Amino acid sequence: MVEPPILPLIVKNASVRRGRKVLIGPVTLTLAPTGLTVIMGPNGAGKSTLLRLLHGMERVSGGSIHWQVSEPEARKRQSFVFQTPIMMRRKAIDNVAYPLLVHGVDRRLARQKAIDWLDRVGLSDSADKQAPVLSGGERQKLALARALIRDPDILFLDEPCANLDGRATRELEDLVLAAYENGTRIVMATHDIGQARRLARDVLFIYRGKVHEAALAPLFFSDPQTREARAFVRGDIVE
Amino acid sequence: MMSRIFFTACAVICLAVAATADQMKLAVTTSFHNSGLADVLIPEIKKDLDLEVQLLVVGTGQAIRLGAAGDVDAILVHSKNSEETFVAEGNATQRTEIMFNDFVLIGPSSDPVGISKAETVVGAVAKIAKNKALFVSRGDDSGTHKKELALWSLANIGASDRDIAWYKEVGAGMGAALNTASGLNAYIISDRASWLKFGNKGDLKLLYAGDTLLFNQYAYLPVNQAKHDHVNSEQAEVLGNWLVSDRAKNLINGYKLLGEQLFQFNGSQ
Amino acid sequence: MNEILEGLRQAAYLVFSLDRDLMEISLMSLRVTLTAVAAASLIGLPLGCWMAVRRFRYRRFVIATLNALMGLPPVVVGLIVYLMLSRSGPFGVFGLLFTPTSMIIAQVIILTPLVASIAHQAIRELWAEYHDLLISVNTSRNQRIATLLWDGRRALLTASLAGFGRGIGEVGAIMIVGGNIDHATRVLTTAIALETGKGNFSLALALGFILIGLAVLVNLIIHSLSKTEVSGRW
Repeated sequence: MVEPPILPLIVKNASVRRGRKVLIGPVTLTLAPTGLTVIMGPNGAGKSTLLRLLHGMERVSGGSIHWQVSEPEARKRQSFVFQTPIMMRRKAIDNVAYPLLVHGVDRRLARQKAIDWLDRVGLSDSADKQAPVLSGGERQKLALARALIRDPDILFLDEPCANLDGRATRELEDLVLAAYENGTRIVMATHDIGQARRLARDVLFIYRGKVHEAALAPLFFSDPQTREARAFVRGDIVE
Repeated sequence: MMSRIFFTACAVICLAVAATADQMKLAVTTSFHNSGLADVLIPEIKKDLDLEVQLLVVGTGQAIRLGAAGDVDAILVHSKNSEETFVAEGNATQRTEIMFNDFVLIGPSSDPVGISKAETVVGAVAKIAKNKALFVSRGDDSGTHKKELALWSLANIGASDRDIAWYKEVGAGMGAALNTASGLNAYIISDRASWLKFGNKGDLKLLYAGDTLLFNQYAYLPVNQAKHDHVNSEQAEVLGNWLVSDRAKNLINGYKLLGEQLFQFNGSQ
Repeated sequence: MNEILEGLRQAAYLVFSLDRDLMEISLMSLRVTLTAVAAASLIGLPLGCWMAVRRFRYRRFVIATLNALMGLPPVVVGLIVYLMLSRSGPFGVFGLLFTPTSMIIAQVIILTPLVASIAHQAIRELWAEYHDLLISVNTSRNQRIATLLWDGRRALLTASLAGFGRGIGEVGAIMIVGGNIDHATRVLTTAIALETGKGNFSLALALGFILIGLAVLVNLIIHSLSKTEVSGRW
């Protein structure tokens, strides 16, 4: 049975406030059903907050976020990869299978799929190891497998390679691109300009809690419109 | 709903248990229990009457409280005034004397105030008070404690004279009080049986005995069924009769410790 | 010092000769405390977990109360249970006083706050760790509790064992509600109190050493069953 699509996501004047401080917003944007959006900006600009807002992990303090299906339904078809991978104190295979078990998938089938995904991310050998003892790169790949096992409509990633070495970063980027080519909508935050150049199809540049620029990637990198974006693309420190 | 099921289940279990056992609960004082006589009598009672007597060893005050609340079927204590009050309040229909022994005065072997030379027990306790010698009191409203207070009264030594510098109230059973006396090397009043059986004498010795005032009568009081209809009056009565029988007489008089007879039977049919 | 050595010697003798009275009171100790721990865990572990994940208004107050209840003197609990179960009391009709059941009831009251408090602490930490993931993956509240209980099971076991430690050495409450009746409600701790009161220190010490040994044994068995110390495991 084909399920109705949850995208496009329409965001109107949404903001997140903590106390009197506005962390992000007001933001107005639309996420189309396909694409690979990179959210960029200096540290502390509000990238994580924006991602969490879109995923429903931060409460909207004003404005609206509108999926094409009801909120609970939409939740089930999204996934999130955190900057520091959250590993459950279980075996790797049990971590990966977890989202399926939560949604009532048969235990044996879940295990099968988990094995399949472990293979895809190159962690077959580690299936029975305790997840928390794996290396940083392995854990993040595991998190990605866990995020993709339910074949989500949209995948959010919050600076997934921030703590990884070069090799692990490349492996992860390849996996993200593979998911994108497979039809999964990707929204990824990063402060690494090189990574953005490699992956982005379109860019949202965040600065001090506001979307400063939104453009297709080639356009953005060749001709950033704002001063801060230009500085950022150049590689300067942006305060 | 759940709690109702739970309580019903409990009640059923308890009734089932109660129906099969031939038992009764008897509250006795620490003085009686520490003598070791109970360890002799209980098995004989089981043999003769096929009755399992469950002993609760508590202070006289608590024994009386348990009897009044109907939590035991009978009590065996040694405080005549309290017993008579117990009967007067309708908690028992009668008191039955079973046996007696005596209280003795214990103290450090050197006997610094010389109570072993006293002519009367009242004189002995007066010496202790006058010299402010260390003294341990039961302080727990027990039969022994009441006897001790009676002696102070006869010696005209009031509560204010009993200064905490030398008079130590421990609020505990006979054994525990003896432990404290042993640790402090102090004087103390004890029943003879508990003293003989006591395992931690240290430097303490029996220094004075024999005054008629030190007479210590034990009595048996079955709890009044009219007041608490669930008590096992049948078995309590059976036990009461046994305790004044010749059989009990022989066992009680025959109980010796270190060659000494501890109790003198004086029950009458 | 002599008494301590004498105590050890007596302890060894009692154990190796499989002294009948010793077996009886030891088994009663285990029966009372293990049953109480089981019941306290059944109530306290889910309660602690529920409190850890649920947001509710008077949360701080409830936690403070729970922690305060942990400090409740067992003898006070014993007295209250006695008054409840006494024939003159509200539940006297069940005739539970001076039975092992009353001792179990008293111990459950004493141990449940302890177990719940430790469980709450452990699960709270785990919840902080798992929080974002469990929300993101769209778990229901019951699923969260089940997951935390399962992944936190080692810490929860520790909570139960803490309850066991507290219970096996408890003497005040069970003395009052059990009555320390020979062959009926006498356990190791009340027997120790009795022998101490009689001045039989060596025997009291012997029983004390056996009690410690028993507690260590139970802990070892449970730890080995749950393979807590196998390397590489969490």
